[in-house]
Amino acid sequence: MNVLMEEMNRRAVALGVPLGVQLDVTYRCNERCVHCYLDHDDHGEMTTAEIRGVLDQLAAAGVFFLTLSGGEVLMRMDFFPILEYARLLMFCVKIKTNAFMIRESQADRIRDLGVQSVQVSIYSHRPEVHDAITKLPGSLKRSIAGIRLLQARGLKVIIANVLMRQNYSDYAGVKALAQELGVEYTIDPTVTPRMDGDRGIVALGIGGDDLRQVFRNPDLVGNVEEFCAPPSAVNDEALDELPCSASHTFCYISPYGDVFPCVQFPLPTGNVRQQRFLEIWRHSPQMNEVRSIRPRNLPVCSTCSHVGTCTRCPGLAYMEGNMRGPSSQDCEKSFARTGIPSANMILKSASRPNPSLVQIALRSSAVPVS
Amino acid sequence: MSSLYIARSRQVAARELGGEMMIMSARDSTLFSLNDVATVIWQAADGQTPLDEIVERRVCAEFDVEPAEALKDAESLVRELEGHGILMVSETPVVSG
Ligand code: SF4
Ligand code: SF4
Repeated sequence: MNVLMEEMNRRAVALGVPLGVQLDVTYRCNERCVHCYLDHDDHGEMTTAEIRGVLDQLAAAGVFFLTLSGGEVLMRMDFFPILEYARLLMFCVKIKTNAFMIRESQADRIRDLGVQSVQVSIYSHRPEVHDAITKLPGSLKRSIAGIRLLQARGLKVIIANVLMRQNYSDYAGVKALAQELGVEYTIDPTVTPRMDGDRGIVALGIGGDDLRQVFRNPDLVGNVEEFCAPPSAVNDEALDELPCSASHTFCYISPYGDVFPCVQFPLPTGNVRQQRFLEIWRHSPQMNEVRSIRPRNLPVCSTCSHVGTCTRCPGLAYMEGNMRGPSSQDCEKSFARTGIPSANMILKSASRPNPSLVQIALRSSAVPVS
Repeated sequence: MSSLYIARSRQVAARELGGEMMIMSARDSTLFSLNDVATVIWQAADGQTPLDEIVERRVCAEFDVEPAEALKDAESLVRELEGHGILMVSETPVVSG
């Protein structure tokens, strides 16, 4: 983060300003990705007028960074009027799309409207792998065509590569593809549980050895020695730091107007159809509860040697059942990086019966003592 | 020197944060922060009001500055912002683009 951005963040925290918001304009999608955490039916999305009203409120609240995402944003017929209005209000807009529906005219409008960046999910450079994940035949070809159109117009495009067992071995191919297209590349090794709480899709993600390999690849993480270094001694500063931006400078709004601390933190805090956005942001008890938590308040994590460097996501912890608890997926990452077990892992293994001891007990009881 | 007209580029994002204007250029994602005087000039950059009028009516009215000095500073500021592509400067009125 550059100095000015850091200063901006610091000031936003001090003033209680939500610097960034992700607004999902729809959960509908033309793809059916195997790992998607959303319900794609329309349960009553906000109308164009409602979204404009929300955008007015966000601008007045001081929101600067606005991510428009979904679902697939272009499933909404009024996506461009929404985008146009957002830009009229001078938001710094990032769009997340699968780019399948981006043709010349859409790419022209995105450029003309001064969008800051467009993020496109690509799972593999091989159509048989990518299309098997999106379950939409021809999707890789169309997404690449969309990326080319955006890139040719000078737009900043970022390929986001979610790593799963199914596509993990293709990351070098996706990275090479990004290079060939002249766009940025980023990986995401986390598969988020479904918003309804179903954790089944988490098993699609990579773990163990695969994760270790990713974290030891300088092409993906930069300086491996630094990235995988054992955690330094925990100090007060680490225990009092803000855990992440959720509820501090960032929040998420669903297509139905529900406000959450983050896109990956489905703790209901209010709905903009019933309350003013700022009222929710400032006064929601749930928002303020998240805001009050520091690492030192986390019973397990505060005792963990990784606490200062861990990517612990409070949203994932919440989905595991306790927003003050550890996030097992992040424990796994900390372990894969450093080889040092987390406090959570140590606790869990201590509470599990040791199978070898049980075996010895069984054998000895089977042998009659003479 | 004839009057200059200034207009905000449509390729930027901007928001006031604690009295300072944060501006990000979509062209290269560079982030700028304008101090309070520059923020007043930026907000008045409608493409129609001459810069000397902005300085006289807004800057000199709100800040304790000497008019000739303020105009000189304002001119170099708008040229700098023009160089970064976040402001358009012209000797005739302009439409924001
Ligand atoms: S750590 Fe989790 S809750 Fe926090 S900003 Fe990141 S994704 Fe959101
Ligand atoms: S590694 Fe696990 S236990 Fe340790 S701080 Fe991270 S989430 Fe908490």
